Amino acid sequence: MSADIFEYAPAPESRAIVKLNSEYGLFINGKWVPPQSKKKFFSINPATEEVLARVSQGNQADVDKAVKAARAAYNKVWSKTKPKERAKYLFRIARLLQERAREFAVLESLDNGKPIRETRDVDVPLSAAHFFYHAGWADKLEYAGYGDNPKPYGVVAQIIPWNFPLLMLAWKVAPALATGNTVVLKPAETTPLTALLFAEICQQAELPAGVVNVVTGDGATGAALVNHGDIDKVAFTGSTEVGKLIASSIADRGIPATLELGGKGANIVFDDAPIDEAVEGIINGIFFNQGHVCCAGSRLLLQESIVDDFLTKLQSRMAKIRVGDPLDKNTDLGAINSAAQLSKIKELSESGTKEGANVWSAPCSLPNKGFWYPPTIFTGVTQAHRIAREEIFGPVLSVLTFRTPQEAMEKANNTPYGLSAGIWTEKGSKILWAAQQLKAGVIWANTFNKFDPASPFGGYKESGWGREGGRHGLAAYIKGAK
Amino acid sequence: MSELGNKLIDGSESSLRAFLDNLPGVDKVGAEGRAAMLGTRSIKTTSKARAIDLAISMVDLTTLEGADTPGKVRSLCAKALRPDPRDLTVPHVGAICVYNDMVKVARNYLDSIGGQSIPVAAVSTAFPSGRASMEVKLRDTLDAIESGASEIDMVIDRGAFLSGKFGLVFDEIREIKALCGEKAHLKVILETGELATYDNVRKASYLAMLAGADFIKTSTGKVSPAATPPVVLVMLEAVRDFFALTGKKIGVKPAGGIRTTKDAIKQLVLVNETTGPEWLSPKLFRIGASALLNDLLMQRMKLSNGRYSSANYVTVD
Repeated sequence: MSADIFEYAPAPESRAIVKLNSEYGLFINGKWVPPQSKKKFFSINPATEEVLARVSQGNQADVDKAVKAARAAYNKVWSKTKPKERAKYLFRIARLLQERAREFAVLESLDNGKPIRETRDVDVPLSAAHFFYHAGWADKLEYAGYGDNPKPYGVVAQIIPWNFPLLMLAWKVAPALATGNTVVLKPAETTPLTALLFAEICQQAELPAGVVNVVTGDGATGAALVNHGDIDKVAFTGSTEVGKLIASSIADRGIPATLELGGKGANIVFDDAPIDEAVEGIINGIFFNQGHVCCAGSRLLLQESIVDDFLTKLQSRMAKIRVGDPLDKNTDLGAINSAAQLSKIKELSESGTKEGANVWSAPCSLPNKGFWYPPTIFTGVTQAHRIAREEIFGPVLSVLTFRTPQEAMEKANNTPYGLSAGIWTEKGSKILWAAQQLKAGVIWANTFNKFDPASPFGGYKESGWGREGGRHGLAAYIKGAK
Repeated sequence: MSELGNKLIDGSESSLRAFLDNLPGVDKVGAEGRAAMLGTRSIKTTSKARAIDLAISMVDLTTLEGADTPGKVRSLCAKALRPDPRDLTVPHVGAICVYNDMVKVARNYLDSIGGQSIPVAAVSTAFPSGRASMEVKLRDTLDAIESGASEIDMVIDRGAFLSGKFGLVFDEIREIKALCGEKAHLKVILETGELATYDNVRKASYLAMLAGADFIKTSTGKVSPAATPPVVLVMLEAVRDFFALTGKKIGVKPAGGIRTTKDAIKQLVLVNETTGPEWLSPKLFRIGASALLNDLLMQRMKLSNGRYSSANYVTVD
């Protein structure tokens, strides 16, 4: 038996479970309504450029209608619903997400381009877990440490990104509902479909009309929502650039915002690290979800004494990453979410080469159609390179080196961002020391990209305001809580 | 002292300790996570058919019972040569693995039925505990080789390893290896279930390889846990890195607890994505098993005729 014939045959997950409409309206006040803009746009599969559905472009009038519906639902129904009843709805939503998990996983892979292994094992189960977790809080809020009579804000405007469409929805919607707010949600332009399927879940769960409203559209729709005069709070996940616009827009209106923004996370590998697992962690840190992760470990800081051996292992591991059809259960790296994102990744990568860093991409064949980028690393990167400072948001890793632990801390913190960091060493005291030095909201030790609804997530500096998840995340939706 | 050892260590207790203690640690959570992730690989249709035949050809078909008799061993040998008597396209297994006193029976019978190409492996060095004097261990091994064993599955002295006497373990393996010479392949059983930590598994793997092992093997099959995927992953990583260090390819043999086709395919995936496909050969990867073979045969039948047959369609030995 010749050895090289153990190729994995395609193992595609069936798309038959997903029943897509050809067109979608807006979900306002518990009903599907056509957009007043009368405009629609296409949501496509980034792996094939196939059109999946036509989706409505919400305008100012649509946003207004949605905010009114959310306000009425808050005043008439949701603010009068007992906390333990709110919990029941959340539990119901969580269970429905589990029951329809495969449908959500396949649809998310289709619309986003991420591998089914990740949607199946991460996005969808974690989304359900967020609803379960917050369902538990709904009738225990007076024990959360925010006073004995915690109150919601009212109507919350929520804008979510395209990298984890359903999961970011769960991070936003679950705590908002648990604390008694009503929601107007604007999913990302390129990935609206799981949010629209979630609207169906709300109907199926018999959530009162208007408690969750979904208005699809582009940046203009988002701006209309943020600038609407009758919202009580903004929650946004996305780029730092847009986050700054939102911050200035609400500055004179006296409404609060939580912002989860960009990052340029440092994954720091000391010479006493568990090397094989560190290699896995670096791979996971930058190639999980095609690197479309705000907390990605996009800067690898390597202790100089182990650089050569580590990079050899890293490259040989990268060569085994399976790039291709997101619906194939054996795919590790799927499609880049959009043509625009692909050109941004290319532009920044080119700057890396131009500025003198050495590029290496894993040898892999990329499909002809769709948006693809191979797993790539840049070595010889310094703090002065653009690719060491700007968020690439793609499968591109910048490798820097350090000589002493103190230097590693200085380089890791030398960024306007502060979302995540990873520490790799077998020495416990070094982990505790480094964790105290690092200015980042999430610090992982000997692991990376681990999430749990009970664990708060958020950034330092330009990576954002506020926390999501855990007891701390509840504060974002309780009036006056800090 | 093997030539390889000379480059990395001088054979002294202190040089061994320095080398082994300098190996990077294994993060338990990370290693288990990687193994679990590789366990989700989906092997279908043509690749599954190939994987099943590959796995059959890697099975060290084993009987290690106090109740073993020549009759039992002969029927196992017949099965090793013709796993499915109705389908002669099924490859023969990798080897027969028996106790010392059954080696001659197995060798003679295999030779008489046309199974000359199937090696007989003998468990040795006071298997499974290894608790005997070196004199007895050497005699045990020599006896097996003289009876016709071309593969020796020795156990290491776990007591010595756990009490830090790396030199003692190293010397025992070297002496057995010297005895095997060109006549027999040496598989060194680490008994990972007794070593308890992945750090120890990595150290013992290197210790065995430095001392001249041709294969490193997880377990005797008498201790649980045995060949768990993370343990095999750590051993494969050691083999891969040892190859990078020395240019020598060492084989890996998980044994114990691999009972289903699914388990076996998971092992092949670990190999494929850790050392790479050049290790996907009976020369460098074996699976110590008994019940596994029948499950592989039943899955093979299912793939070829589309339905599951009753257990009576596979032979009991």
